[in-house]
Amino acid sequence: MSSFPPPPGCNVALSEGVLVQFLAEETHRIGMKRAVLGLSGGIDSALVIELAARALGGENVLAVAMPYRESHPASLELAKESAEHAGVPLEVVDISPMADAAFAAADDLQDTSQEQVRLRRGNIMSRLRMVTLYDRSARIHGLVFGTSNKTELLLGYGTQHGDMASAINPIGDLYKSQVVALSRHLGVPQDIVDRPPSADLWEGQTDEEELGFTYDAVDALLHRLVDRRMTAERLQADGFPADFVEMISKRVRLNQYKRRPPLIAKVAARTVNLDYRYARDWGT
Amino acid sequence: MDCLAAVCQMRPRLGVLPENLAAHHAWLDRCQEAGADMAVFPELSLTGYFLRDLTQEVAMPLDAAPVQELVARSKDMSIAFGMVEVSRDHRFYNSMVFAEDGEILHVHRKVHLPDYGIFEEGRYFASGDGFLPVESKHGRFGLLVCEDAWHLSSGYLHFLQGVDALIMTVASPARGIDTEEPELSSHGAWRTLSEAQALFFQTWVVRANRIGFEDGTMFWGASAVVSPFGKTVAEASGDQEELLLQRLSSDPLRRARMATPLLRDAKPDMVRRQLAQLLQDPDALRSHGKADLT
Repeated sequence: MSSFPPPPGCNVALSEGVLVQFLAEETHRIGMKRAVLGLSGGIDSALVIELAARALGGENVLAVAMPYRESHPASLELAKESAEHAGVPLEVVDISPMADAAFAAADDLQDTSQEQVRLRRGNIMSRLRMVTLYDRSARIHGLVFGTSNKTELLLGYGTQHGDMASAINPIGDLYKSQVVALSRHLGVPQDIVDRPPSADLWEGQTDEEELGFTYDAVDALLHRLVDRRMTAERLQADGFPADFVEMISKRVRLNQYKRRPPLIAKVAARTVNLDYRYARDWGT
Repeated sequence: MDCLAAVCQMRPRLGVLPENLAAHHAWLDRCQEAGADMAVFPELSLTGYFLRDLTQEVAMPLDAAPVQELVARSKDMSIAFGMVEVSRDHRFYNSMVFAEDGEILHVHRKVHLPDYGIFEEGRYFASGDGFLPVESKHGRFGLLVCEDAWHLSSGYLHFLQGVDALIMTVASPARGIDTEEPELSSHGAWRTLSEAQALFFQTWVVRANRIGFEDGTMFWGASAVVSPFGKTVAEASGDQEELLLQRLSSDPLRRARMATPLLRDAKPDMVRRQLAQLLQDPDALRSHGKADLT
C-alpha cells in the first residue's frame, strides 16, 4: 500500500477561514449563538471543537463526553484534554445505564452472531449519544455540530441517526487525512493526533483494522474517484489495484442511502425534496 | 471617461426582498458619501443566489415598485444591480439592471446559464440572447453576469463594440482547498480570467462578487478592479462586506491601445466568415482540417 499516490493536500489556513466562518454564519443566521457536540477523544471531534470555539467563542459551546462502561479510559481523558485546549466546558454523561437498558430490552442480542451483536450494540450506543446531544441542544438552545468526515460519509462508516446526525457539519467535505492536517494546524493536542482512529465500540477496535485499509490509501483513492473523477484505468495506472478500486466504489454506492433523506412515494404535484425544492437557508 | 466606481461587496439574504432592498439603499448611501459615480452590486443582489423554487416567487417585472425605487436613486449615481426579472410572457431571467438619471438604461439578461455541478440555472431561467453595451454618461460598459464571463465570445463581442469597461457581476461559490495554492481555486481562476480579459480586450474590468454562505456554500468575495493592462489594481477581502472604490479613467485605455492596437487590428469580418462556414457545414471544415477560408 505504500506505493499509492499521496492523499489529497489541504490548504490549512484557507480551510480554517472557511470552516470557522461557516459555523459562525450558519449558526447566527437562524438566530442561534450556541452549539453542542459530542467529544469522543478522537481527532474528528477534537478538530470540530477547535473550529467551534473559534467560531462562537468557547463559552458558547458545550462539549459532551459520553463514555460507556467498556469504553477505553484514555478516550475520556483525551476528551477532557481537547475540551480544555479549546476552552470549552465539558459535560460527562455516562451512557451505561441507558445503553444497558436498551441492550436488555433487545432480548435476542445475545443470540445473534458476535459480529451482529457488536454492530447492534454499537448502533444503539451511537444513537443514545445522539439522543443525549439533541437533548442538550434543546437545553442550551444550540445547534448540534456534526463530526463526520468525508471519508466516513463516503464509505458509510457511521451510524445513521447516530454519529451521522447533526444540524451542520464543518468537516463533512474533508477527508480524514485533511482532518489530520488541519488538526495539526489548529494545535489539537499531539496525543489525539497520534492516536490510531477508533470508534471505541469494543476493546482494541481501530478503524483501519476494521476497514481493512489505511486512511491514506482510501483517501488518495476517494479523492481521485469522487473529486477528480478519474477513470478506473487511470487509477490502476497510478498504482491502485483493480480489486481495491472496485471494492471501494461498490462500498460508496451501497452506502448512498445513508447520505440521503428517506425516499418519499410521489403521488402529488410537488413532493418534498423532489420537486418542492428550497434551500435550507431559505429566508435567512 | 472619468468614473469613480464603487463595488458593493454585500451579503444578500436568500429570498428576502424587503431586507435586501433596504440593504441596497444603505449601500447606495455609502456610495453617495464616497462620491461614487457608479455603484455595482453582485449577481442576483436583490434576491440571493441558490433560489431553486424561490426563483419564480421573488421574480419581478421591471416596473415593480422595488425595482423602480432603486432606479429612482440613479438620479444621484449610476447603479447596476441584480434581480430575477419576469417578462410579460412569464419567462424568468437572471438580469442585471443598469439605471442612470432615474431611468433604466439597459437590462442584461444572463446568456450563459450554468447547469452543472452545484449550479442549476438552466432549470429555472430563460437565457438572454446578446451582449449590447450600455451607453452610460460615464463610459461604454459591457455587462457580463458570472458564467457569461467564462465564454470569451461574450467579452469579445463587447470588445468589438468598443467598451471602456467590462462589468462582471458574480456569485461565485468557494471551491478548492486541496492544493497548496495560496487562495481558493475558484478565486485564482477568476483572477486569471479577469486579468486575461482586461489584457486581451484592453478594458477596465470591474468584478463584483458577493460574500456569505448559502446552504454551506461560501461565496468568496474578493471583488476587484483590473486595469486595461491586465493588472489587478484593487481587490476586496474574501469574507467581509466592503465598499471597493476605484477610479476608472481614459488614460490607461488610450495608452494600452496605442501600445498594442488590438481593436484596430481585430478581424471581425474574418471571424464572421469563418463562423458562418462553421455553422453551415461544421463537418466539412473538420474533415478538411486546414480549410481555405479566403
